Amino acid sequence: MTIDWWLLFEIVLSGLGAGGLYALTGLAFVTIYKATRVVNIAIGEMLMVGAYLFFAFSAGLNLPVWAAILAALVASGAFGALVERVMIRPMLGESPISSFMVTVGLGSILVGIVELVWTADQQRLPEFFPAAPVKIGDAMLSSKVVWGFAVAVLLIGAVLLALRFWRGGVALRATASDQQAAYSMGIDVPRVFSLAWVGAAMIACVAGIVVGSIGGISSVMGVFGLSVLVVVIFGGLDSVLGALVGGLVVGMVEALAGFYLGGEYRLLATFLLLVLVLLVRPYGLFGTHEIERL
Amino acid sequence: MRIGTARQTYAADAALFDTPTQRAWLAVLAVALLGFPFLASEYWLYLACLVAIHILSATGLNILTGYTGLVSLGQAAFMGVGAYTVAILQQRWGVPSLLSLAAAGLAALLLGLLVGLPSLRVKGLYLAIATIAAGVLAHFAFSHFTTVTGGSAGLTVRPASVLGIALEDSFRFYWLVLPLTAAGLLGSANLLRTRIGRAFIAIRDRDISAEVLGIPLLRYKLLAFAISSFYAGVAGGLYAFFFRAITPETFPLVLSIFFLAAIIVGGLGTVLGSILGALFMTLVPEVLKSVMGWLPLSGNATLYLSPVRTIVFGALIVLFLVFEPLGLAEVWRRVRRTFHLWPFRT
Repeated sequence: MTIDWWLLFEIVLSGLGAGGLYALTGLAFVTIYKATRVVNIAIGEMLMVGAYLFFAFSAGLNLPVWAAILAALVASGAFGALVERVMIRPMLGESPISSFMVTVGLGSILVGIVELVWTADQQRLPEFFPAAPVKIGDAMLSSKVVWGFAVAVLLIGAVLLALRFWRGGVALRATASDQQAAYSMGIDVPRVFSLAWVGAAMIACVAGIVVGSIGGISSVMGVFGLSVLVVVIFGGLDSVLGALVGGLVVGMVEALAGFYLGGEYRLLATFLLLVLVLLVRPYGLFGTHEIERL
Repeated sequence: MRIGTARQTYAADAALFDTPTQRAWLAVLAVALLGFPFLASEYWLYLACLVAIHILSATGLNILTGYTGLVSLGQAAFMGVGAYTVAILQQRWGVPSLLSLAAAGLAALLLGLLVGLPSLRVKGLYLAIATIAAGVLAHFAFSHFTTVTGGSAGLTVRPASVLGIALEDSFRFYWLVLPLTAAGLLGSANLLRTRIGRAFIAIRDRDISAEVLGIPLLRYKLLAFAISSFYAGVAGGLYAFFFRAITPETFPLVLSIFFLAAIIVGGLGTVLGSILGALFMTLVPEVLKSVMGWLPLSGNATLYLSPVRTIVFGALIVLFLVFEPLGLAEVWRRVRRTFHLWPFRT
């Protein structure tokens, strides 16, 4: 059997394109986990909300695309702050399982609201990426995938820079590494929590807009979040680098499985990968191995 | 006002039904449950059977999550294995119904052992997410081993028959599901009075301390998985007999979340919690349906029903976790205490 190398290359590239979005969403997830120790299983639904907000502003209010994106970002940020204040803040000090379940409830509420407002039918976002496919050698790539990847890379870079140099980012890292110490150094920890949720909601919003413009938006978009869970488990819940590597790997694995085995194998391959990683490194590839003592 | 009961031995303290009052009320409940099918309509009987099946499965999950502290989002997968076992045994070999229910429990138990294996190394939320994998893999198996499971078309199941009587309506089915659920509840209540139950609780509270105390962690964690999935398997088998048709979509991730929500709403780590939670979570959508029916909504209220149900489902989880983390069982305990102490207040 001969392998069509250009075809393989094309599949890997499109996998990487999807992987960029996984990495981006994984980054939103890790931001929340690092700062607040909440496993946000509703990350896929937050992404969906971002996409629908964009849909509302662009198709509903007929704003130009750039204004709609800005408005969706602001609205998502406000939404993140609201969620943190109403659902997550009261759960401070409760067991991680409880806050995990709160996000399960949040996801359900969001799906319900979206179905109530926009019905469960699939909608199309207005086109704003250039239509001509991009050619690399003999490999053809849909421009949406390429642009989506570019957006993901840019945003990831921006977030990494913010975490490294911006005061808020430093405060977030400080809170993540030692809450008590951060408190005593004068960092307003509750505000950092809020900041993490606002930031994550905005990142998720961007990812949602890109994902939605590639594949359309519907109330089952949250399934995307399942793959993102695998991404962050793969890389380690609290590792930014892990989310990036995990995103690209999972994107590629899904693309390869989807092409060579069939679409229904995508999720299977992802979760087999998850099981393998958990068996070898239970805390993910780059996650912190917490030492437990009595 | 009731005066406190003095218990003089450990056995008395750990007794299941300790006071005469409690025994009297349980007798009343038993009579009510036995008389119920003769008075209720077909609709209420249908709900009663559904609630009983849900209680059985929730009880199993509560042993795993409430007592042992291992969060599982794979309960639906275990139920699915039970349901498919029943369907296949019945269709291929015509195995008697009760026997196939037992086999359903065992099949789920085996899968539970397999899923539980990583639980020693993988902890907390990592484990919760790993159990989602079990659900995804099970769903894949159900829809792809077409020769065995009928693929996405699913399988049909004939009504269960016990002693030559076909249990084809809710009235007859009730007499199968009621004793099984009661037995399951008694079993779980009793389990917690034993060494095993106490080991589970020790593991939940702090697994490393439990290990230091000499509890073999892997063995007990696997045991918790096994018992829990046995309950789920039997419940799944009952599901198959009750609905008579199963497809891979019968046991989605949402169903696992439903059971986790039920035990949270009811109260983690209490037998009463499984009962109240399953009852509450099953009946809320029904109440919602009738409320939506009364509301003067323009045209088709059914269009709004499904999203509203989803929202209420999520909101219940969030509200209970934020305002009443100990669940309905705690509310019930408070009510009882108020009556015990009346006219004094705590």
